[in-house]
Amino acid sequence: MTSTVDTPTANRDQAGRKPVRRSRKRWFAQVGWRHLVGVLAVAFSLFPILFVISAAFNPLGTLSSTELLPTGASLENFVNLFDRTAFGHWFLNSLLLAGVASFASIFLSSLAAYAFSRMRFSGRRVGLLALLLIQMFPQFLAIVAIFLIFTTLTDLYPSIGFNTPWGLFLLYMGGALGANTWLMKGFFDTLPKELDESATMDGASHVQIFFRIMLPLVAPILAVTGLLAFIGSINEFIIANVFLTEPESKTLAVGMYGLVAGERNNNFGMFAAGTLLTAIPTVLVFQLLQRYIVSGLTSGAVKG
Amino acid sequence: MSAPLSGPGSTRTPGREPVRPGLSRTARHHAPITATGLVGKVILLGLVAGIAIWAAFPLIEAEHWIGLGILAATTAGLYYLYLSRRHIPAKYLVPGTLFLIAFQVVPVLYTASTAFTNFGDGHRGSKDDAIVAIQTASVKQVPGSTEYALTVATDGDPATGALVFLLTDPKTKEVFAGDADGLRKLDAADVTVSSLSGKITAADGYTVLNIGQASGRSDAVTALIVPTDDGAIRSNGLTRAYEGKAARAYDEACDCVRDSETGRTWTADEESGSFVAADGERLAQGWKVDVGLKNFSTVLTDPNISGPFFGTLAWNFAFAIASTGLTFLLGMAIALALHSPRMKGTNFYRVLLILPYAMPSFAMLLIWRDMFNTDFGLLNNLFGLNVDWFGGTWSARIAVVLVQLWLGYPYMFLVATGALQAIPRELTEATSVDGASPWQSFRAVTLPLLLVALSPLLIASFAFNFNNVNAILFTTEGGPFAPDNPTNGATDLLITYTYRLAFGAQGAEFGLAATVSIFIFAIVATVSAISFRRTRKQEEVYS
Repeated sequence: MTSTVDTPTANRDQAGRKPVRRSRKRWFAQVGWRHLVGVLAVAFSLFPILFVISAAFNPLGTLSSTELLPTGASLENFVNLFDRTAFGHWFLNSLLLAGVASFASIFLSSLAAYAFSRMRFSGRRVGLLALLLIQMFPQFLAIVAIFLIFTTLTDLYPSIGFNTPWGLFLLYMGGALGANTWLMKGFFDTLPKELDESATMDGASHVQIFFRIMLPLVAPILAVTGLLAFIGSINEFIIANVFLTEPESKTLAVGMYGLVAGERNNNFGMFAAGTLLTAIPTVLVFQLLQRYIVSGLTSGAVKG
Repeated sequence: MSAPLSGPGSTRTPGREPVRPGLSRTARHHAPITATGLVGKVILLGLVAGIAIWAAFPLIEAEHWIGLGILAATTAGLYYLYLSRRHIPAKYLVPGTLFLIAFQVVPVLYTASTAFTNFGDGHRGSKDDAIVAIQTASVKQVPGSTEYALTVATDGDPATGALVFLLTDPKTKEVFAGDADGLRKLDAADVTVSSLSGKITAADGYTVLNIGQASGRSDAVTALIVPTDDGAIRSNGLTRAYEGKAARAYDEACDCVRDSETGRTWTADEESGSFVAADGERLAQGWKVDVGLKNFSTVLTDPNISGPFFGTLAWNFAFAIASTGLTFLLGMAIALALHSPRMKGTNFYRVLLILPYAMPSFAMLLIWRDMFNTDFGLLNNLFGLNVDWFGGTWSARIAVVLVQLWLGYPYMFLVATGALQAIPRELTEATSVDGASPWQSFRAVTLPLLLVALSPLLIASFAFNFNNVNAILFTTEGGPFAPDNPTNGATDLLITYTYRLAFGAQGAEFGLAATVSIFIFAIVATVSAISFRRTRKQEEVYS
């Protein structure tokens, strides 16, 4: 809470208000209540996170002994997490899987979005509608079929079967097009056609237009879809849980669920410590991409 | 023009349309780039060939000719597509579409096809599989049969890998490995046999379980039956195994199973895919048959399923609408409050506000589950309550929606902020000049513009929440359950209900679960189609 007196910005001084010594009441009606809303929202957002932090540093490491505010500061939970579980493996598996999967899925869907946005071909509309429909059928509902298919695949190619990140990666790629193509196409549509036309006049091929003109311009939407895909695969649990049964092949979601599924009270501190560590990559990616995100999220949705 | 399949060494430059290929072109500033393009193409096509060859060997070894044919056709198609100069859109669409077909469309179609069968526990394989299972399950030890020294092993993780019996024939000293597929003779050089007990203590390619590990999986050890030519091998404890004879045998003449001890017969019934005795008794091992629309009529008419189905459907809609609507309202309200040129420090609020969105949601859902804990949960402690949140129908429902609100409103706040920034300020200024109150200008100008911008995201959010497995599975797990219906709880979504049908404790009902999946898909697709039609009136999607 910083501002106490509101000095209207020069560029928007409507109706020639006198800028000096406005009553507090007036300040509250115009600005103060906004700060109040902001503070309340931040409090609502932060209290569970504060609880996680105090649980993670709580020396007792149980749920029943954890308060909202930290009662102690010990790194015991973090040490136990690495000693007693394969947390390091889970972390690396998740990072690898989410990183590679989000990168690959952005690439695949940006290729498709470019074709849908810039080219006219028979079956274009049908293709777009089909993508929309297929995306609505959650992959997880086909889990029985997926399980049977991958049982065969595991026999043939153990390196992309169960208990490997690559099998899961392939499966996530199945949903790559459905998830982001529409959002990206909307963004591609907002780029003026004159860009490609002039590039074509200069003798650029469609490949060059895509890689050297389009991709740099759609960076915001790439950032957004990349972030959504990253968050999505970090949090994907139900398919990963079927796929990954060996402790060292698990992802964070599967491994950490195992920590609190049984005896939730005693492992609570370790779980909270794991939650904080899991949040680090996502928060970092988030902060890196933040300037794109606000513009990217909505601009793909609207044309114009 | 169709290009001949010139090899990667061809001097063609990709993607250009020269009048006559092969003519030397005037050196343009991008000539080196096309060289890069060519190199890239060679590398990628080389990779395709490499992967295809790598994938072909196991298929040849397993004599999987259909798979090999598909592989060859796909590879040839890729080569044709990327070496020809036509079909440019396909060049961009094919990579993603290949994955989509293999890992999304095929499983979905496969699932849809199981909806017309009785696939599930007791009806998993073919009729022959069922006969083998019936015969091996009826194996009884006959006097004088071989007693093997048994070592329990696995080909993977000691706790989860598939079990294998390592067997030593005490008379001939031959060693075997046996699993549910049958018996294989092992090379004596690959195994270490204890001279004392005759048991195998180590074998190449297998992990031998110690007694503790083996007794931990004793149920699986007892259940493992190794079929042999004239019977089967079963374990007798953890160190011995015997070969026995099947008491029940299939008789082709009457298409029935006969028990040689009691003389009872069970006749095959192709309608239900099981062997039925004259008095109606069914054998547990059946086989998969087509049942037509039976599953669909079951879902709609069987009171045990249709009652919960429609109740769950109603709650599912309520949950998706509440999750989407409330997060949108809260996110938008806060975005509006912070959207003012006179506000300072909005960035500070924004960074802290969106932290829930950046936290791993699966972990936060589990944390919330514990915060709602009756005895030592944070919420009851903080407010001095003693509410059994997940025990009551409505308190559990309020709890899950509240959790969704916390997880989802930062996202809505973000997108609403972005959309607000895109609305020209002149519009709202014009309304205030015309004497409209802030509320009127919001209703008449800001809200419609926001909705146009955000409706696709709201529809996507609705579709996501409609099938939000994690939201339920990690918090209430579908409960609270009525005492008389353990398959369907008050906070169950259709998808978690399906999950329980397919993998629940009551036994797997894959066919029925697939049917419910089709219903879910039809519902979500219809709702989305209607909403998209309505938004298309507002804006032209297919420009």
